[in-house]
Amino acid sequence: MARVIVVTSGKGGVGKTTTSAAIAMGLAKRGHKTAVIDFDVGLRNLDLIMGCERRVVYDFVNVINEEATLNQALIRDKNCNLLYILPASQTRDKDALSQEGVGRVLEELKKDFKYIVCDSPAGIEKGAHLAMYFADDAFVVTNPEVSSVRDSDRMLGILSSKSRRAEQNEEPINEFLLLTRYSPERVKLGEMLSVEDVQDILSLHLLGVIPESKSVLNASNSGTPVILDEKSDAGQAYADIVARYLGEDRPHRFIDDKKGFFRNLFGGK
Amino acid sequence: MSQESKKTTNLKIALEFKTSTFSVPVLILATDDLSLLEQQLTLKIKQAPEFFKNSPLVLDLQEINKQGYVVDITALVGVVRKAGLLVVGIRAGNVLQNKESLALGIPVYSAQGRDSVVENKNLVKVDDVALISPVSSKPEEIKVSVPTTLITHPVRSGQRIYAAGDLVIMAQVSAGAEIIAEGNIHVYSTLRGRALAGVQGDNEARIFCFDLQAELISIAGNYKVSEDLGASVRNKPVQIYLQDNALIIKDIVLHH
Repeated sequence: MARVIVVTSGKGGVGKTTTSAAIAMGLAKRGHKTAVIDFDVGLRNLDLIMGCERRVVYDFVNVINEEATLNQALIRDKNCNLLYILPASQTRDKDALSQEGVGRVLEELKKDFKYIVCDSPAGIEKGAHLAMYFADDAFVVTNPEVSSVRDSDRMLGILSSKSRRAEQNEEPINEFLLLTRYSPERVKLGEMLSVEDVQDILSLHLLGVIPESKSVLNASNSGTPVILDEKSDAGQAYADIVARYLGEDRPHRFIDDKKGFFRNLFGGK
Repeated sequence: MSQESKKTTNLKIALEFKTSTFSVPVLILATDDLSLLEQQLTLKIKQAPEFFKNSPLVLDLQEINKQGYVVDITALVGVVRKAGLLVVGIRAGNVLQNKESLALGIPVYSAQGRDSVVENKNLVKVDDVALISPVSSKPEEIKVSVPTTLITHPVRSGQRIYAAGDLVIMAQVSAGAEIIAEGNIHVYSTLRGRALAGVQGDNEARIFCFDLQAELISIAGNYKVSEDLGASVRNKPVQIYLQDNALIIKDIVLHH
């Protein structure tokens, strides 16, 4: 059975698109045919992060309006032939999305794909609502600071009350916490919430912690999902997350400040 | 097709169903003599005209049915209306009476719930109407038992839960969430949001929680915000109740 995953947060700039690109690539790399959809109509970014911005012909809105078929709009990833990208329209706004249109596209994708990753826009309005409405699993991306945590909490409330599963009284959406831009040093200095603090507030299953890392920005700039940078800490963290999501038991990393001792010793940055 | 969906998504919510409890006087009838009824009812109302003016009323037919009296509901309702009372239901009627009542647009209540009220004390028979002063005879309440609302999942920021009776929550209540009950509130986890108990004015309502970190607590409209909660009551199991219109927050001491 195909599964629809929404990557959501409420707050903007926490790493939803980076996460969508990384986990979609991770799932595809492990042999699962995966599609990733940009729901941020009017502010599309996923194509940039995936490095396919120059190959966009048709988009999600064209498919919803039946101006193009899914096959015409889906872009095959250059790094992995099991991964397809459905870009958002840049010239339209969120009103171009309709619930039945989105539902129809997802149903069609489910026939052919194992995983469908929905990259949600920020906010809790129409675009975010439609991105999560049909989801089976939700990756809640949170930064270790209070406003991001509160917005994630709000989004969790919406997942549990406004989704299709909630409305039809089905089994609720599986909710997972992804803590991004985590810096153990800053946690130690009291400048950032710790993993425990965040889990205490959200009481949610932690799928993984992504450390604050230069490799994320480099990956975005070069248009290759950070998970392909296997040497980077962020890339490894995303690989762990994909493995855990697929049922593997991997110990959590990047939570403790292992280098801290030496850094302090040598007065490093 | 897309236009139609636009319409439905843009539709503003125009109504909402909620459960509420009302206190309504019940008139227990003991005779089928309508003129006698009318006479005694008028007499009774004269003693407290303001109290009875346009008052809603439920007619209880148990006594007359027990006695085997035959009474015309339409005529009976006419008598009561003439006295300035508004019939909002009948209770313990037979099939025919219920049918007649519904035809008049008057709801039918079952005889259940009568056991829960103290009968002898409040039984106001029309016959001894002159003997009982209106002050001493409190109107009998229809006690509709309201079930407890049980929530087992976390109540998240932005969510709002309203319970017509007691509210029991087995998970945390996040900051920015609102839990409201006409009765008591129990939170068997951390309470970070707003909790309002006894919102219909029940001074006896209480709030219980395992870990008090609330943004606001209120009982029957008497509230305290987070800032008013001292360190001595925070982050621990407490109960909150009203005493002389003041909110009292007390530790719950667990006995093992």
